[in-house]
Order: sequence, then C-alpha cells, then structure tokens
Amino acid sequence: MPAVQETVERVRSIDVDQYKYGFETNIESVKAPKGLDESTVRFISAKKNEPSWLLEWRLEAFKRWKTMTEPDWARVHYPKIDYQDLYYYSAPKNTPGPSSLDEVDPELLKTYEKLGIPLREQEILAGVRGSSRVAVDAVFDSVSVVTTFKDELKKAGVIFGSISEAVREHPELVRKYLGTVVPSSDNFFATLNSAVFSDGSFVYIPKGVRCPMELSTYFRINERNTGQFERTLIIAEEGAYVSYLEGCTAPQRDENQLHAAVVELVALDNAEIKYSTVQNWYPGDKQGKGGVYNFVTKRGDCRGRGSKISWTQVETGSAITWKYPSCILRGDNSQGEFYSIAISNGYQQVDSGTKMIHLGKNTTSRIVSKGIAAGHSNNTYRGLVSAHRKATGARNFTNCDSLLVGDKCGAHTTPYIEAKNSKSVFEHEATTSKISEDMLFYCRQRGLTQEEAVALVVNGFVKDVLQHLPMEFAVEAQKLIAISLEGSVG
Amino acid sequence: MNEVQPIRTDAENAIISRFPDFAKKQSHWGGAEIARERTAAFEILKSKGLPSRRVEEWKYTDLRAMLRDMPSPAEAPSREAVEVAAREKSAIDLSDAFKFLFVNGKNFAMVKAEGFEIYSLANGDKLPKAVSDTLARERKHALNAAVALNTAFMTDATIIHVPAGKRLARPIHLAFRHEGKIAQSSFPRVLIVVEQGASVTIVETQDGPAGVAYFDNALVEIDAGDQAEVNHVRHNNAGGASITLSTLAVRTGHGTKFSSFAMATGGAISRHQMFFDLAGKNAELSVQGATLLRGKQHADNTMIADHMAGGCVGRQLFKTVLDDNSRGVFQGLIIVRPHSQKTDGKMMSSALLLGDDAEMDNKPELEIFADDVQCGHGATVGALDENLLFYLRARGIPRREAEILLIESFVGDAIQHIENERVREALMSCASAWLAERS
Repeated sequence: MPAVQETVERVRSIDVDQYKYGFETNIESVKAPKGLDESTVRFISAKKNEPSWLLEWRLEAFKRWKTMTEPDWARVHYPKIDYQDLYYYSAPKNTPGPSSLDEVDPELLKTYEKLGIPLREQEILAGVRGSSRVAVDAVFDSVSVVTTFKDELKKAGVIFGSISEAVREHPELVRKYLGTVVPSSDNFFATLNSAVFSDGSFVYIPKGVRCPMELSTYFRINERNTGQFERTLIIAEEGAYVSYLEGCTAPQRDENQLHAAVVELVALDNAEIKYSTVQNWYPGDKQGKGGVYNFVTKRGDCRGRGSKISWTQVETGSAITWKYPSCILRGDNSQGEFYSIAISNGYQQVDSGTKMIHLGKNTTSRIVSKGIAAGHSNNTYRGLVSAHRKATGARNFTNCDSLLVGDKCGAHTTPYIEAKNSKSVFEHEATTSKISEDMLFYCRQRGLTQEEAVALVVNGFVKDVLQHLPMEFAVEAQKLIAISLEGSVG
Repeated sequence: MNEVQPIRTDAENAIISRFPDFAKKQSHWGGAEIARERTAAFEILKSKGLPSRRVEEWKYTDLRAMLRDMPSPAEAPSREAVEVAAREKSAIDLSDAFKFLFVNGKNFAMVKAEGFEIYSLANGDKLPKAVSDTLARERKHALNAAVALNTAFMTDATIIHVPAGKRLARPIHLAFRHEGKIAQSSFPRVLIVVEQGASVTIVETQDGPAGVAYFDNALVEIDAGDQAEVNHVRHNNAGGASITLSTLAVRTGHGTKFSSFAMATGGAISRHQMFFDLAGKNAELSVQGATLLRGKQHADNTMIADHMAGGCVGRQLFKTVLDDNSRGVFQGLIIVRPHSQKTDGKMMSSALLLGDDAEMDNKPELEIFADDVQCGHGATVGALDENLLFYLRARGIPRREAEILLIESFVGDAIQHIENERVREALMSCASAWLAERS
C-alpha cells in the first residue's frame, strides 16, 4: 500500500512532541464580558442582530441550563469547570462578519495559510487536483470569517455559510429545523450551547441536488479562556447529497479550553449526508497539562424514507473527547453509518461512540470503531444500538476493536444493545489486543524501525475506517495517526 | 443543586420498618461482628434505597419499581412443610448427592457429611482457620444492593468446608425451596470453602409454589483455593409469581479451575449476579447460562469477571430464548487490571427472540488496563433463521419440530459445557420440556 510508505515518511519528518498547530495569532478581538448570565446571552444575540424569536429561544435554554447539573457518567476525569471564568464570545476586531477576502485581517489569512486551509479560491483552482475543490467556511473563535465558493454554490441552489448569516437571510429554514434534532433541553452541554452559541455553519441542499463540491468548516480557537460554542445545521432535502468535512485546531496553552458544539443533520426522503471530522484540537502537553475539552453533541435525523447519514471521524486531539455522533433512523429503509478512529496518547481521555436508534422499518446501521490507546491515556467506546417495537427488520452490525500500545493505558468498551422486537437482527463484536509481536517482528525483519513497523500495523488496523474518508482527509488522517503514535513505542 | 430525595416505596418502607425488630430477634447469634455487618448493610439500603434504573448496574432491572413490597421475612417453617419439601423433586435431583434442604431460607440439612464439614454461624460452631480467614476477608460485593439486603436480613450462614486435597465424588446439592401459600421473604446464605487441590461439584436448585408472590434473595459465596476444581450448576425454577435475586460470589486462587452454569426458566422476575474475582494466576473460569422465558417473565444475568492476576483464561457464553412478551437482560463485564498480562477473555451473549414483543438488552463491557491481553466480546440478537427452518422443512420436518430442533441446538450449545453428564442431561430435558409446553 503506497500510502503507508508516505505515512512512515511523514512520521519521520515530524519532530517528537510537536503539535504543529499550537501557534497563537496576535490579533485584536472583541469579547463579551467574562462570565455567564442573562446579559451574556443578550449580548451575543445583539451582536448578531438576531430576531427576537431566537433570543427567546436562547433565553429559555439558558433558564433551563441553570437548573441542570453537569453529567458525570462518562469515563473521563477533569477538574470542575468554572463557567463564570470563561469568555463566551470573542471575535477578531476588524471583521464585521463573513465578507470578501480583501476585507479580512491579513493576520487571519496568515493563520489559515499556516494551517494549510485554502481560503483563496484561485489558489485552490490552481491546485494540483483541479477537479477536487473544497468550499470552506472558516470559523475563528466565535465568528465565521470567510466562506469560499459561495457564488458557485448558489448557482446550484446550495446555501452554505455561517449560521448567523443564515438566521438573517433564511430565517424560515433555520427556524424550521434548528433544535429539532438536538432539542435545547437535550443535555447539559447542548443546552449551554443553545443559550450561547456564537456561530457555526449552515448548509441547505435543495431537492434533488447533488452538492457540486465538498463543503468544509474549519474551526480555530485562538483567544485565551474562551469557550467555543458553535452550532452546525445541515439540511438535505429529498434526494439531495452532500459531503461535509470538519477540521479543528487550537493554540498550545497551559489552561484547558472548553469546546461544546452541537451538530444537527436532517436528511429527508432518499437524501444522503456524509459528515467527516478530523478532530485535532490541542491535546495538552506530555504531562497532561492544558488541552481542549471537546464536549460535543452530534446527531443526525434520517427523517425521510431511504435516507442515509454517515459519520466518519478521526479523533486524535483534545485533552478530553466526549461525544457520540448518532443517527435516529426514523424513516423506513433509512441507513446510519459510523466509522471512527480514536487515538489517545499522553494523558488524553476519550469517551466516544455512537447511538443508532432504529425507529423505522427495515432500517440498517453499521458501526466500525477502532480505538488506539497509548501512553497514559484511556480510550472508551460507548455505544447504543436500539430497535423500537415497530422497527421490524432492523439490522445492525457493530465491530469495535481496541489496540493498546504500552501498559499504562486503558481501553474500554461499553456497548448497549437493546432489541424490542423479534424481527430485528443485531450483531456485535469487539476485541482488545496488543499489536502482535509477530507482525512487528515481520516488519522489522524487512528493515523497518520499531516505530515504522507500529505505524504500518496501526494503519492496517484502521484501514476499514480510513477508506470512508474523503480523499483529502484520508491523507491528513494517516499523517495524524503517525503523529499521535510517535513517542509511544520503546 | 439540591439532591432530590425520592419518596420511599412500600418495599423500602417495609425494609426500614422491619429491620430494627428483625435485628433484635437475630441478635442471639453471631456476636458483635455480624451485628456490625448487618447494620452496615442496612445503612446502605436506608441511605441509597433500592436501586432504580438510574443506577447503572440495575439499568435494565429496576428493582425499586419491580419490588413493590417486601413480604415479611419468613418464619421457621412447620414440620409438615419441611416434610413436604423433602419429598418433592427438583429438575436436577441426583440420588447420590449430599442434599442440603433449605425451606424458606432455613437449612434443614439431612446429609451426613463425608469428606467435608458443615458449620452453622447461627449455632456458633467453632470454625476452622481456613473458614474464619475467608469470613474475615473484605468483600468487594458488599455494597451491592442484593447482597446488602441479604446481609441485613440473614438468619444464618451455612458453611461447607472441603479440606485440602479432598476430591468429593458425590455432588453437593443445595435445594432452595419455598413452601406455603403466604408470600414471605427468605434470605439464605451459604459459604463454601474449597481448599487447595480439592474438588467438588455443587448443584443449586430453586423451586417454589406457583401463584405465591414470594421474594427470595440468596447469596452463595465460594472460595476456591489454589489448584482446586469446582463445578457449579444452578437452576432457577422458582414459582411463576415470585421475585428472586441470587448472587454467586467466587474467588479463585492459583491455577483454580472453576465452572459455573446458570439456567433460568422460573420466576416472574429474576436476577442472577455472578462476581468472579480471579485473584490467583493462571486460573480457568468457564461460565455459561441458558435462559428460557415466556409470558411476561423477566430474567437478568449480570456477570463481572475481574482479572486481578495475569494468565487467567475466561470463557463466558450466555444463551437467551424469549417468547411472548418476556424480557431478557445480559450484563457482562470483563475487567483486566494493570499487570494482569496474558489474560485471555471471551464473552458471548446470544438471544433468540421468538415472541414479537420480546425484548433483549445486552451490555457486554470490557475494561482493560493491561496491554498484552486477548479480550473479546460478542452479542447477537435475532429471530429464528428462516433459511435454516426452510432447510429442515424441505426435508419433511414440520415447522414446529424444526423450531424445536433449532432452539434445542441453540441452548444446547451452552448446556453441553456442563461436565457432569447426569446434570447435563437433566438440564437438557428441562429445556425440552419447556419447548414442549410452547404453544
């Protein structure tokens, strides 16, 4: 497999202990006053010129949030978060909102350049693969700074941009779908997000349209002590198709940063949404200091008949990852997929998995999860597969494997499998093992170093998942896997 | 935020109101040590209440909602009742067994012990060191609600001691039987200490009258020493209106071979808990179960295999057949502690849903802290395979018989692991009888 050699080379080119996105951009920003109360919610809403219904919605969520307690059932440990010690809104000063590239602060452009995110359309066009273009919505702290290819997408009828813009320009769509998949009362972090979400992406694919290019959002937390609460809403009308990518990074800091996003997907009859994530938030240093708390609620609703939602995620960053991208298989014959690679190193903690809730008839779902724990990390797969009484003919296949590298880490599997009717078939299998000595020996005999051999075996182990990633991400992901594992061997 | 104190249920009130009198009545035995244990267990129940579905380990068996009331603790049964009980047969009734007859939780042992010893805590028998050492050991499972309930309301603990190197040819039969038409609660408790190199087969049966809503909560603890060999089989055939909880808590030593089989066909609601502490290296643990339910029965098998030492091999296989509106639960957890290298654990739960409204809830968990291990689990849920049925019917076998054949082979897969041939056959015919009754 040629990609593997490439991976190995990439590992070699990267220094030990280097989170290469850890730099900070010096840019002036406008912030909401520190802390959280009703005025913070009003401040954010006012900043965005939001209609009153949305403000009401936020305030109601905030009221509810105050009565909720932080959940503690996940296998993650962290010091108590002081919600009054955070900034809930931070925006680069000279950017009034998504605008043309010329108005964007050059400092910001440089940041994205450094991150390798193409924001200039002509550059992308001049790229190596002319045919594979990606439209990007770049979110910097609390606001979207730029969205590319908007005009071209518009021609196809696709709406792609920041959610604040969508609230202004397509309020009827936002109002119709916002909070219908993840209600504002869903859980502690989703409710908090509903109250204070600042930006995020909005995608609407009209009936029968196959989105002409990959859509992508790139999240960057820059400001100190800032929580990032973005909200993404993707709607695929009947027969539509969209592939959406999400990437994220943050500077290297000693304190922890909170990221509590909500992603809602709605797929109507025969629509398909493919959602891929490469999560690369700052994971903290070798001693487990700093890093992002990634407490995210992601859920897709297969509302229509024959609809399909597919989640693919590569999780390598974050000090703590706590998320379960889920599918509600409501429409008859709908399909849900979840492909995940979660790699933890250092003192990282991952508690991730999925929920496949079969409500419609003849719904199918597939879960492939690969967890790799190294260093002092703990990596938990937690998942639910359930079939409702009326979900006859429901079918699920789950495969979750864990790999342990070293003897200071832990790998755990907590699946819930609930079948409430006799016409559903569920299969679940999971294994945990060490990288086989035989395989390593075989590779080393052929001249690979120990680390190269491990990268090779791991890449083979996660191949099932990688092949579901869009091309651009697959390369990126393979590189990430190599980075995450260096230092864990020997 | 304030902790919400839920309103106590009738059962919780019954536990709280009955305890002081009960404890006083039992204070004539066991001394300060037992009294302290009893009070500690009661305090757990008092402060936490009965576990509801919000308690993770009881997620699928909401004891708080299911146990509406706790019937009064059983009085000593009449002589007639004991005589009646002695005449009745269980599905597994081996003529040559050492039979311990527990009527409403009380032991009426009729056996003459050969090659082992029997003690009773309530009688204040002097215990050999191996037994008192085991009793003194801290119990991890003491916080479990069912165990705490047993400890709070125990009336005795029967102790069976198999000395080092003794290989008992005849099995030990613990026959738990409920007699009488009044709904009562019983809390039998047995401790079996099998010393180094000894070997024994233990059969547990649980029977009771249909239509009496009694509550049974048994605790059987087995301490199996180094190189000991223990084969344990239990059959829950409790009365159709009963609620039964049972706990098997096992600790194994170096190179111990332990096997346990749990069959459940009876009871309205039952939960069997198995806690295995693999404390010594290179032990072999083999656990199987077969559950056959119909009507509105609910049965829960909860198992924790804690690999505290390395090199142990664990095999678990649970089969559940659910007809009508019945509900099966399997919760399994394999824990591999740091340094328990070379652990080899496999856990499988399969369920066959025959009734349209049957429900199966599986939670097979792994919790691994050591890297050089092989651990796997699997879970399947499904209906009878139409292709297999078709195959059999194409060969002239009527549908009903074809179904019986398939179901028999499904549960037979687990039952065949039982080493004792007569026990194996008894349980197999028990499964066949269940199938014959199927409408």
